[in-house]
Amino acid sequence: MASFDLPTIWAAILCFAVFAYVVMDGFDLGVGILFPALSPGEEKDQAINSIAPVWDGNETWLVMGGGGLLAVFPLAYSIILPATYPLMIAMLLGLVFRGAAFEFRWRDPRHRPLWDLVITVGSTVAAVAQGITIGALLQGIQVENNAYAGGWLDWLSPFSCLTGIAVAVGYSLLGATWLIIKTEGSCQRHARRLAFRLGLLTVLALGAVSAATPFLYYEYWRRWFEMPQVLLTAQVPLLVAICTGLFFWSLRKGREVLPFLMALALFLLGFIGLCISIFPYMVPRSITIWDAAAPHSSQLFMLVGAVFIIPLILAYTGWAYWVFRGKVGTEGYH
Amino acid sequence: MIEQLDAVLLARVQFAFTVSFHFIFPAFSIGLASYLMVLEGLWLKTGRGVYANLYRYWLKIFAVGFGMGVVSGVVLSYQFGTNWSVFSTKAGPIIGPLMGYEVMTAFFLEAGFLGVMLFGISKVGKGLHFFSTCMVAFGTFISAFWILSVNSWMQTPAGFEINVDGQFVPGGSWWDIIFNPSFPYRLVHTVTAAYLTTAFAVGGVGAWHLLKDSTNVGARKMFSMAMWMAVIVTPFQIIAGDLHGLNTLEHQPVKVLAMEGDYDPSPEGAPLILFGLPDDEAAEVRYKVAIPKLGSLILKHDPNAPLPGLTDFPRDEWPPVAIVFWSFRIMVAIGFAMLAIGVWSLVARRRRKLYTSTKLQRAAVIMGPAGFVAVIAGWITTEVGRQPFTVYGLLRTAESSSPLDAPAVAVSLLAFIVVYTAVFGAGIYYLLRLMAQPPHRGESEPPNVPFHAAGITPASSIEAAPIGEGDPHGKL
Ligand code: HDD
Ligand code: HEM
Ligand code: HEM
Repeated sequence: MASFDLPTIWAAILCFAVFAYVVMDGFDLGVGILFPALSPGEEKDQAINSIAPVWDGNETWLVMGGGGLLAVFPLAYSIILPATYPLMIAMLLGLVFRGAAFEFRWRDPRHRPLWDLVITVGSTVAAVAQGITIGALLQGIQVENNAYAGGWLDWLSPFSCLTGIAVAVGYSLLGATWLIIKTEGSCQRHARRLAFRLGLLTVLALGAVSAATPFLYYEYWRRWFEMPQVLLTAQVPLLVAICTGLFFWSLRKGREVLPFLMALALFLLGFIGLCISIFPYMVPRSITIWDAAAPHSSQLFMLVGAVFIIPLILAYTGWAYWVFRGKVGTEGYH
Repeated sequence: MIEQLDAVLLARVQFAFTVSFHFIFPAFSIGLASYLMVLEGLWLKTGRGVYANLYRYWLKIFAVGFGMGVVSGVVLSYQFGTNWSVFSTKAGPIIGPLMGYEVMTAFFLEAGFLGVMLFGISKVGKGLHFFSTCMVAFGTFISAFWILSVNSWMQTPAGFEINVDGQFVPGGSWWDIIFNPSFPYRLVHTVTAAYLTTAFAVGGVGAWHLLKDSTNVGARKMFSMAMWMAVIVTPFQIIAGDLHGLNTLEHQPVKVLAMEGDYDPSPEGAPLILFGLPDDEAAEVRYKVAIPKLGSLILKHDPNAPLPGLTDFPRDEWPPVAIVFWSFRIMVAIGFAMLAIGVWSLVARRRRKLYTSTKLQRAAVIMGPAGFVAVIAGWITTEVGRQPFTVYGLLRTAESSSPLDAPAVAVSLLAFIVVYTAVFGAGIYYLLRLMAQPPHRGESEPPNVPFHAAGITPASSIEAAPIGEGDPHGKL
């Protein structure tokens, strides 16, 4: 039991899926958010070309996160989604707008500015909604008799707004650093300038969220600042500092890939911080991963598949990225 | 109480709206992916340019349709939680893993290879590209497999136990859950429906262009292929539908009685009601046109076999009869119309008039969208016929919904209607505009091909095919 605890394994797998989503769709959404900053024509076309072959696969990790939650932690799924109802609807509609507009902007050059605007609005709404959801989770959800017991706007608070903005800023950073890798010429120069500013903003936002979180619950405070675990948790801010330094250094040096990797590292650290605060809850402060777990046989059935299939998925997803490696080229499509 | 009921009704309308919108696109994606696979396979085998150009022609259309299928599908996977949270808690341990397998085995496969299929024509070799097309087509089939297993389990639940929390949990083997009694029938009938829907859409487009220019080689090819599908697949679909109905009679008799409009029991054999106005209050079908005994002949293969009536079952287990009655008739009528077109095309083909008979072509244009109507009508029959339960006989729809306030659901429903109408309305307009272009020689790739400029396509690409070779008119 202790050595083979299914709910813990599944919590880890889902964390992986969510992080994979954040990483991959993060840069897509970020490119969408930054879209108005790029000049029409070559810059915008290059930016879209760089995500066109991969965005669908990236978004699938979101389905994996939601579907996985339903499969292995149905109770958590059934509490979190009604609790964040307007956010979820907003996020889904944002994704509908964005996904459709990707296709449409090519079909209809006359209305391209309109569809470009739709991409930005859709991406921004989706990103902010995801960020607010994280904040809403952290600040806790009211549960009675294993069901959501709050109103439909309980998630709204200054803290959740802060996390909403933080995630949108962070995604933009991922987007900008992705463009540094994939584009060249004026688009790349532009992305570099944006990345510098967004790097500052991201670190600021990360700091603000980290500073506010321990004040939400005494438990979070203890988790971060009490001996002996402070020796461990203190490593997180330390690593953040190192990554930040490397990020700005690599940007100055004109490196292409390192800024993206460092932005990812910042996300990873933020994510680890989040897990430290929340564990072992699935719905913070009320439902633990063991309360929420589906029966053993459901979790086992899924695990058998996951163990074999997820590596396969990673392999062919990697192959697809490999096929489209390199710069998108300035020619693009006109 | 009233509040709660309203929220349930709104949630039902919302789910029905979003899922119906969603299914329009998969019905097309499933069929079109396989059609593209066939076209590319034929091109690789024969080297004829007409196949390469048709491939590219339909690929552009596929890209738009598939994109809309994906975004409308992502909405659905979260709607179980937002609107049907009690259902999700209770049925999650059973349907969750099945949908999880759908994500892992189908969605990633489709998405992973889609990029290469759409944009990789000149980046990978022909073999690998064909492989990618096959994987996307295969992915759409696997996706249908799992989601239909889920849906069928809700219709005919099997292999489960109910635990102390009132949750459905796996009871015996997963095999029983996945291959529940209605699943094989639903899988065959729905996948075939997707093929037919696509065949008629392709045939309609082909016919449209033949009417304008009966020598267009591409239009001829697609029209001919579609008409072969109509001839061969429609009878199969009608037989599959009949068997499906017999199976439903065994497991969900109330649904079949609603489809037939049989309120009263018929101890000496049921009539087949062709038309009429079902009236739940009076428990009778008004102004009905009926053929005696035929109902029993179809359902029991014996004109005198007795059949129960809806009044034999508690009233609070009836679905809304009129909706089921009419949607079923729409589907069946379209099925027979498809059969008629198929037979007609066969006759025209024998008389060597397939490409010149404008009457046949006009009829095919009209039937172009028929598959979509039939598919939605079929699903409405199935789903409304399952009411008032979500898990048939065990969990009521009214007890499945989320603890939400009616205003929240109302606002989101409104948002869905506005956004879907705008976004998918534009999408359908773009699809139609693409279809209005005649297929031609040197068909281009989807426009946003990254990583290389238009026109410098390497030799490995399909562009290098010997275009029009062996085509009598050399037109395409
Ligand atoms: C018989 C087929 C069928 C049926 C009944 C449904 N779907 Fe679907 N779905 C597909 C066949 C399909 C597909 C062919 O696999 C799609 C359509 C186009 C596409 O991109 O994949 C798809 C896409 C699709 C996606 C996006 C996948 C991605 O990210 O690539 C999701 C999340 C869902 N669906 C979820 C659902 C849910 C929750 C349904 C039930 C309520 C549902 N679908 C009914
Ligand atoms: C894709 C084709 C489908 C169509 C067109 C369709 C259509 C509908 C319609 C019209 C309703 C409303 C019925 C009513 O409330 O009177 C409904 C309800 C519902 N369907 Fe489907 N459905 C489809 C597939 C599915 C699948 C595959 C599932 C399961 C995975 C599913 C699960 C549900 C649920 C949970 C409800 C809500 C509860 C209810 O009102 O019964 N549907 N669907
Ligand atoms: C004319 C012959 C046909 C018959 C006798 C027939 C029979 C049926 C029956 C009995 C059902 C409901 C099964 C249930 O809910 O338990 C059904 C559902 C359905 N039908 Fe048909 N059908 C016919 C033609 C078609 C055609 C031509 C199409 C589409 C091109 C189609 C598409 C569907 C779909 C998508 C469903 C819902 C999914 C399912 O339950 O399988 N049907 N059909």
